[in-house]
Amino acid sequence: MNKAAASVAGGLSKGALGLIWPTDVLTLRGLAALYIVLAVLVSTPLWASSYIITIATLVLYTALLGQSWNLMLGFAGLLSIGHALFVGIGSYTAGYLFSKLGIPPILGVFPAIAIAVLVGSVIGYLGFRFSVGGVYFALLTIAFAEFTRIMADHADFLGGTEGMFLLVSQADRQGVDLIRLRGHPVMFFYVILGLAVGTLALCRALLKSKLGYYWQAIRDDQDAAEALGINVFRYKMFAVMISSALAGVGGVFYAFYNNNLFPESTFSIERSIELTLAPIVGGVGTLFGPIVGAFILTPLAEFITWLIGFLKSAGVIDPKLKLNGLKLLIWGFAVVLIVMFRPRGIWPWFRDLLGLRRAPDDHRRSP
Amino acid sequence: MSAIYRGATYCFRSGDTAWNCANAASSGALTGLVYGLSALGLSVIFGVIRIVNFAHGEIMVLGMYFALVMFNWLGIDPLLSVPAAALLMFGFGYGLQAAVISRVAHLPDHMQFLLLAALAIMLVSGCLLVFGPDPQSANVSYALDSFAVGKLFIDKTKVYAAIAAMLVAAILLAFFKYTATGKAIRACADNRLGAKVVGLNVDRLYALTFGIGAACLGAAGCIILPLIELRPYLAPSYTLLAFVIVIIGGLGSLPGALLGGILIGLSEDLAALWEPSYKTAFSFALLIFVLLLRPQGLLGRARH
Repeated sequence: MNKAAASVAGGLSKGALGLIWPTDVLTLRGLAALYIVLAVLVSTPLWASSYIITIATLVLYTALLGQSWNLMLGFAGLLSIGHALFVGIGSYTAGYLFSKLGIPPILGVFPAIAIAVLVGSVIGYLGFRFSVGGVYFALLTIAFAEFTRIMADHADFLGGTEGMFLLVSQADRQGVDLIRLRGHPVMFFYVILGLAVGTLALCRALLKSKLGYYWQAIRDDQDAAEALGINVFRYKMFAVMISSALAGVGGVFYAFYNNNLFPESTFSIERSIELTLAPIVGGVGTLFGPIVGAFILTPLAEFITWLIGFLKSAGVIDPKLKLNGLKLLIWGFAVVLIVMFRPRGIWPWFRDLLGLRRAPDDHRRSP
Repeated sequence: MSAIYRGATYCFRSGDTAWNCANAASSGALTGLVYGLSALGLSVIFGVIRIVNFAHGEIMVLGMYFALVMFNWLGIDPLLSVPAAALLMFGFGYGLQAAVISRVAHLPDHMQFLLLAALAIMLVSGCLLVFGPDPQSANVSYALDSFAVGKLFIDKTKVYAAIAAMLVAAILLAFFKYTATGKAIRACADNRLGAKVVGLNVDRLYALTFGIGAACLGAAGCIILPLIELRPYLAPSYTLLAFVIVIIGGLGSLPGALLGGILIGLSEDLAALWEPSYKTAFSFALLIFVLLLRPQGLLGRARH
């Protein structure tokens, strides 16, 4: 445990430097691209409309959750289709502490993480001890998420199906209060930008640490990893715990950004599936995949909405036509096309196309 | 489902616990047979192609809408739409496997999951686009009738649905047991490489299997229609229900799917006696226990 922690700490210090100047992974062109994107993001509130800021916030939130999910599947080979459970636990814990007990999220985030990690550990412990693997593990995560959703429906102290609401005043919307996480949308944008960049740094550090190599060994061949003396159970548990902690943090952000929580919209399987799309489309097991996927899918959905509206106003489509579902239909089709024609994900294809990444010069698996 | 609730409260008022339980049990077992048929569709596909069909409920909802359209336009009883729906869905499933899913067969599990989840999103939104979000139902003439045995009241719709489900399931089991194609498909499931070696056209058999699985769903959709109110967003809950059933019964085991269906039907209706809104929580709790204590399911073979 101490050894692993020390290794992560070592990776983190290397990762901090490596994140600023990751020449071992990216070419100069890639570095330039990374910094241009970062600069554009940091300066977004200077040039963008409030609509763009909302979308950008959503993109970064999706990227954060994608990063958390990718840590389990992409790094350690554990498929979770119940990840909304951890997000929802984060949301509900911090939301409850704030709205009922007045504890601000800056403190509430710790119990939120603790409970998410606890539930993650229970699922992981049961799954790995009883060797529930592969598809069955995925179904176990769904079962826990659904079970929790139904329980939350009946939990009166959490508002049940009526929902839980976090009060927000007009003054709150204009100010900047990081302790209570109340403020202007621009504040939320910078908070999620900080969280997303921090998660990226953490994931890179983890991937470069001993822990990351253990995970990749387990992912690629569990039996071989076990034969080499890697404690498979322990490191898989770490993967679930870290992943659920990150998802919990995302959940806290969601609660205070949205100010309302319903079991149906928080824990449902649709949420869990949505959350997996960005990292899979971007590229599972890569560091930038979840981010690239989020930057493609979220704006794509907005673009389709805009396009339908535009075609209606241009008279190409009858404006009176009800087109519920058309957006998701097109969006789903786009995802099918990506799976069929870019099965490794968009990012691995894109970075090779533009030469953003250094060709791996040794047999080490670079992310 | 509100019918069950009304039934349950009525039974409690009449105050005879044994009869209440008998009523709930019979209703649950009959509904469970239909659930079992739908789960058969999932089990067949997983058992042979090793793909978890995340678009399960969505394909079933397609079958339901087909039966609804036939009922509303031509007045055909949903149960009589079964052959046509099965044929239509067979074609749909065959085409889907041959044209789309076979291309991702070599990809890791999560890509197949994503493909089917995306297809599921497309199917639900397609239904939403065409039929709208409002609940619709096929009110058959015998909807309110029931058979009475003592204080036991059994809805006619449920009895007919269960008979139809058993018939379709029997045809399916006979197909796999006695026909050459059925045996060939079982050979594929047992040993894909061996099946190829002896000259079976595995790709075509896979497409046939997906077609058969989808046909099951089409049939189950028609059969269940008179018991429910149909909305596009019903689909994910049927997907989850089928997952629960096949895992309890044993993923890939056909009798297991039927047994699991009956068990879940029973647990839903008996739980509804106590508190209707907890009935799915019961199913998921059952699922978690089975996954932990007997991950291969009640009638499944141990995995390697």
